[in-house]
Amino acid sequence: MTEYETVIGLETHIQLNTETKIFCACKADSWEDPPNTNICPVCAGLPGVLPVLNEAVVRKGALLAAAMHSEIRLKSFFDRKNYFYPDLPKGYQISQYDMALGNGGYLDLPMPDGSIRHVGITKLHMEEDAGKTKYENGRRYVDFNRCGVPLVEMVTGPDLRSADEAAQYLIRLRQLLRWLGVSEADMEKGHLRCDANVSIRPVGSTVLNTKTEIKNVNSIEAVRTAIIKEVERQVELVESGGRVEAWTLDWDDTHHRLTKMRSKETEADYRYFREPDLLPLELDEAWREDVLANLPELPLERRARFLQDYDLPEYDADILTADRPISDYFEAAVDAYAGDPKVVSNWIMNEILRMLNELGISADQLLLKPDQLAAVIKMVDSGTINNATGKALLSKVQQTGKSPLEIVDAEGLAQLSDDSALQSVIDQVLAAHPDEVMSFRSGKEGLFGWFMGQVMRETRGKADPQLTKQLLLDALSKRD
Amino acid sequence: MSALDYAAHTIAQKVNAGELSAVEVLESALARIEQVEGRHGALDYGELTDEDRQKVHAFITLTQDRAYAQARQVDALVSAGKLAGPLAGVPLSIKDIFCVKDTPSTAASRILANFVAPYTATAVERLEAAGALTLGKVNLDEFTHGSSTESSAFQPSTRNPWDPDRVPGGSSGGSAASVAAGEVMLSLGTDTAGSIRQPAAFCGVVGLKPTYGRVSRYGLIAFGSSLDCPGSVARDVRDAALMLRVMAGADPRDSTASRHPVPDYLAILSEGVKGLRIGLSPDYMQIAFPDPQTGALIRQELPAEIRNATLRAAEALADQGAEIVENVPMPNMVYGIPAYFVVSRVEAASNLHRFDGVKYGYRTSSDFRDLHEMYRKTRAEGFGLQPKLRILMGMYVSAAQYSEQYYQRALRVRSMIRADFESAFDSGGAYRLDALLTPTTPTTAFKIADIYGDSVLMQYADQLTVPANHAGIPGISIPGGLDGDGLPIGIQLLAPDFREEILFRVGYAFEQATADAAWRKHKPQVLR
Repeated sequence: MTEYETVIGLETHIQLNTETKIFCACKADSWEDPPNTNICPVCAGLPGVLPVLNEAVVRKGALLAAAMHSEIRLKSFFDRKNYFYPDLPKGYQISQYDMALGNGGYLDLPMPDGSIRHVGITKLHMEEDAGKTKYENGRRYVDFNRCGVPLVEMVTGPDLRSADEAAQYLIRLRQLLRWLGVSEADMEKGHLRCDANVSIRPVGSTVLNTKTEIKNVNSIEAVRTAIIKEVERQVELVESGGRVEAWTLDWDDTHHRLTKMRSKETEADYRYFREPDLLPLELDEAWREDVLANLPELPLERRARFLQDYDLPEYDADILTADRPISDYFEAAVDAYAGDPKVVSNWIMNEILRMLNELGISADQLLLKPDQLAAVIKMVDSGTINNATGKALLSKVQQTGKSPLEIVDAEGLAQLSDDSALQSVIDQVLAAHPDEVMSFRSGKEGLFGWFMGQVMRETRGKADPQLTKQLLLDALSKRD
Repeated sequence: MSALDYAAHTIAQKVNAGELSAVEVLESALARIEQVEGRHGALDYGELTDEDRQKVHAFITLTQDRAYAQARQVDALVSAGKLAGPLAGVPLSIKDIFCVKDTPSTAASRILANFVAPYTATAVERLEAAGALTLGKVNLDEFTHGSSTESSAFQPSTRNPWDPDRVPGGSSGGSAASVAAGEVMLSLGTDTAGSIRQPAAFCGVVGLKPTYGRVSRYGLIAFGSSLDCPGSVARDVRDAALMLRVMAGADPRDSTASRHPVPDYLAILSEGVKGLRIGLSPDYMQIAFPDPQTGALIRQELPAEIRNATLRAAEALADQGAEIVENVPMPNMVYGIPAYFVVSRVEAASNLHRFDGVKYGYRTSSDFRDLHEMYRKTRAEGFGLQPKLRILMGMYVSAAQYSEQYYQRALRVRSMIRADFESAFDSGGAYRLDALLTPTTPTTAFKIADIYGDSVLMQYADQLTVPANHAGIPGISIPGGLDGDGLPIGIQLLAPDFREEILFRVGYAFEQATADAAWRKHKPQVLR
């Protein structure tokens, strides 16, 4: 039986998280707004209105282009993509065609097995979103709220080789978008939409066979499942002597199946031409520099640096670059701590992530600041407090907003590590329990833990465990 | 002397000085409308009567209440000792291609007959803020697609005040006729290929097409977006300049509106033409059109009366001290109409997509099986012949397989036409022109129904005006005399980008030089 290779290209639409829409002053986000309440003459396509480009869209688009290693064109154009649809109020979509903001680009995708998949970007442009159409009781309802929401359309080359790689691409893209702060990238809310172009070929072949396009996949898991199903279908079809036809397929997420939407024998002619209502978009070098100055270190670069510089395990590095707040938090704590980064990593992965999870917030929203975390770790290191107190202290800082030192002082949490004070507590304990002392001395050494417990209870947990152990042993082994 | 005998700038002065009330001016204008207008254009118009054939029919909608409210506000300001604006009390009509809040904005089309705009176009907003009184919306070719106003869905279409058997020109026919008949002092028109200048020439008034981007297009229902220019229709050059001064300038709602500073046109109006270099081009003294069979260019001399009016204007300007530069070549202007055919129709087809029966405007009242049938019926019933022709042609020449051959090529021709002007106006070049002087139109006003139906021939009415739209430069048509039938002849001046003040200086100098000419004493027939 022939071995097949899967060839996948992804078309993504990314909703930018600007305040306002791309060509008018309506707010960009209409989530939960009643239909047709977040519209104006411009986005509703009334006669005579004109688009005015929102600079914030260009900024976010350019930032994304830079992060995708795409050239930011200093002169780009908007074009009209003409087609009739009820939720497209002007009868054309303002998009960018041949001279878009971004030119080329790629993402080097690290795969779980340690390999890298180089994914080329063939298209990166800005455009306006259309409205939504809903069918109910045999009627068609149109909601224009989404018209004019800024999108970046980004298309990969046919460079992905499996459903897993496609899923990885989306995971990394989502991470990147949030990292850059250009999109909320919530697939369920349609902030990140994906169509997958899928074809197969015998392993070793380099031809691109007829592909099908899968639409309406709105989660990463759905993209993975849909591709797997489609590849199975294509392989079976080809094995049984059939030929793959250029269909557009609709993913039904409830029943986990693909249905044919339409045949795509001829490409639609959108009669693109330059949008005469907008001037060419001319950016200057200073503007581009300004945008690039805001380009942070990217998650995959930072991940590599954590592996290299901090000697973290891959598992830690992945988690500590999952989002920018946690990653920045980690770095700030490492700086303040000035010790072994792995120690900080352990505290974050155990204590801080649990705290974030419980509170449902991100690291930048914590009252407990990275330098405070470092201070607590240092207090534990130096024996000022014990490990358990340290963990409890983190919660107290988070709850009160007070500094760790302040809390330690106020609540007297510092360990009792003064020999004489501790000695007197031990003397009292021994004096109060002569029978137990006798038993111990006569060989019941298992009672040692009980004595430790008594001392801890008397000191309300503040006794330095090491010192207590030593002094207690000395005292118990003394013969009268 | 009636208030209507004053020019707009005089009315505004007198109203601001308290010598004349805005309500008084408005009432004279309404009386004049009563006298000359006849019934307004309507969708269901029935038979034309003999009386209809004697009237102007400039308006589709009269906005009397709006005008009264504005007039009272102007008068209140003046009595409170305040200035009411540079257009205080000046009666104004608006080509019904501009959106005006709470007012039907029809584009002279059935498909928008019931559309009441929820917002006001920038140009209108500025004119109203300057104290103008908006008397109503005037007729035009459907969606501005024509040169005679005959294609309006609202009939009777406007007739020429100088001879009601003739067309007023178009597409701003209602604008030019309403000014010529004295129903208003000023009208806001649009010019995509000559739609202000050609009717101004036919009706014996001044028509200005400003530089592309000089006046905001916000609120103008688009025809060819890269060509459309809102502009002034006025009785004289000073009024046209005053009106432009009020409308021009950057607009946050139109990013193609220029930030180039707006000069005080009136202050430099009377600086004269001494030392200005004014060109004449033989290419503008003929029309050239392709033979329908062979495609070869046939060249035809313009009528002598029209050529002579232009040459007489050149002499008058030379007498004022202008330097006349003859034989300026404009070799690419002959391709103006074919290139325009392509560019304007591609843009028009796209601009008309939005009229689909989904959101506003006309939707078929007959049954439909599905969405596509709703689209088809709505657009088939809602659009008249002219928009349909433009849609068909525009769809064809922008199709992927033809775009290079037609649309992209037309854009290159457009650049060549622009280059002709650049070299003529180049201050280091061979001609170093400040302005080019040409006839506005190849003929004077033609008879109603004479040309209508031949959309190619109709288009050639714009041959002398369309090059300025391709190039984006400003142009003005001013009355230059009368022909043997007593019909107005227009002469056109063209200037470099954002040099409208040159057009005004030259035009004003010509008006002064010919103030006493016999032809200026003639009045339009409807006023005799």
